[in-house]
Amino acid sequence: MPAALRCESLAKRYGVTTALGGVDLEVAPGELLGLLGPNGAGKSTLTKIACGLVRASAGRAEVEGAPAGSAQARAAIGYLAELFRFPDWLTADELLTLHQELAGSEGGAPERGELLDLVGLGDASGTKVAAMSKGMQQRLGIAQALVGSPRLLMLDEPTSALDPVGRRVVRDLLRELRDRGIAVVLSSHLLSEVELVCDRVAILVGGRIVAQGTPAQLARPRGVEVETDDGVRSFPDAEREEVPGIVAELVSAGTKVYGVRLLASTLEDAYLEAVGAA
Amino acid sequence: MSGALIVARYALREAVRRRVILVVMFLTVGFLALYALGCVVTFDQVSAIEAEGPLDDRVLAGSTLLGLSMFTILFLGAVLAVFLTLGAVRGDAERGLLQPLVVRPVGRTSLLLGRFAGAAAVCALYVALVYCAAVLITGIAGDWWPDEAVSPGLGLVVGVVVIAAISLLGSIFLSATANGIAVFMLFGAGLAAGLLGQIGDALAVDTLQDVATVSSWLLPFEALYQTGLHGLTADTSGITGVIVELGPFGGAQEAGFGLWVWTAAYLALVGAGARLGFSRRDL
Repeated sequence: MPAALRCESLAKRYGVTTALGGVDLEVAPGELLGLLGPNGAGKSTLTKIACGLVRASAGRAEVEGAPAGSAQARAAIGYLAELFRFPDWLTADELLTLHQELAGSEGGAPERGELLDLVGLGDASGTKVAAMSKGMQQRLGIAQALVGSPRLLMLDEPTSALDPVGRRVVRDLLRELRDRGIAVVLSSHLLSEVELVCDRVAILVGGRIVAQGTPAQLARPRGVEVETDDGVRSFPDAEREEVPGIVAELVSAGTKVYGVRLLASTLEDAYLEAVGAA
Repeated sequence: MSGALIVARYALREAVRRRVILVVMFLTVGFLALYALGCVVTFDQVSAIEAEGPLDDRVLAGSTLLGLSMFTILFLGAVLAVFLTLGAVRGDAERGLLQPLVVRPVGRTSLLLGRFAGAAAVCALYVALVYCAAVLITGIAGDWWPDEAVSPGLGLVVGVVVIAAISLLGSIFLSATANGIAVFMLFGAGLAAGLLGQIGDALAVDTLQDVATVSSWLLPFEALYQTGLHGLTADTSGITGVIVELGPFGGAQEAGFGLWVWTAAYLALVGAGARLGFSRRDL
């Protein structure tokens, strides 16, 4: 089975500005990849090339083996842009109908109803976009991206306008999509969000991927903390294997040990480290 | 349903729901009411004069009034065409409206074709209806009918479709505001060149005639309008024909069948340019 998304030496230049400087990336079917990076890192450009909205200057991008931008590739993709707008005169149901027609979906009313329920807008099918809050529009955008059962979902900051409840709805939705075998590329600044749902993370800085791996792989050991009757004692260079020895030494010295905690860096630490080093 | 048809239907619905339609309809009702009043008053005066001799006052008044209405219809049609298309590509892309549509498998060419078809259909229907209303008002108020009723209306309809095509092409490269300004300046330049051509004909000045000819090739909506004006009194001859020729809406030249062929080729060229430009545009 071909990769949901494969980028090889993908580059994009806007005049003298390099937006992408040779990106190699592969997203497996059913994988949830978090794309992280500061503003201007090239996340949106990478997403847009995959969706056929922007032409690459060099390199190659493929969606399920088809060149990005081809009709076959576009048929496999669902997309929600960071800055999007829908015609304010359309209702939610009319918007999804339009996208069903454009995507060639034959799901009809059941598909529209299911998608609106999925994003928590089941009661808003007759509501016009103009009457929706930004958060509702963002959820409608996710429903729109899911029209036609795409195999690869490209989401650019999909939760930026959502409240905590809305974010949770989207998180649960992303997990459900992954369970259905849909690959998702989630571009976001919300590191905690990405850490919670993504199988793998790629950090993009200055148009290049500077780090990638699972959140656990990106996190590094940061020592051991031991809770004793004298308070918390830190062993910043200690690793997991050294814990029994540390505890035994403390106990033999007459110290009472109440707990031990292995310290690891968060995704945020890894991200800041990667961005700072780049 | 093909992608272009889906987009055309969407564009039609969008056009009908946009406020510009209300504004144009409001202006149109006002224009037709004023036009009807003008026709009634003018033809009452013509009846009161009861002039004898070779000059047919009714033809003179009718052709001048309908020529005036054609100018206004072309202008209102141009306003509609420009406002329906001025932000169709770059404007919609900047607002984030276009990207969700372009990502779909229908393709950019279908999207462009659909947008053009939707705008052209609305403009063509509008111009045809208002032209028919103007002809009927003129005929009922003054018992005068143009020598050719269909070809002037067709000229206006196709002229406005050409303006819509130019505006859609401009929307790929220019922001909505810049495109609107550019297309209206082209529209004004075309009309000015046409007037210069009329003056050139009356005074037999070759340079002015050449300017009008070149402008007609570059901006065929002007030549279509002129052909339409000519059709109003195509069969009128004698002193009445001469006087009509000297009037503000006389002196128009019929460009012949070649104009229609060139207009079709022009639309194809504009379409090809738009397709190429859109296919290379990053969104």
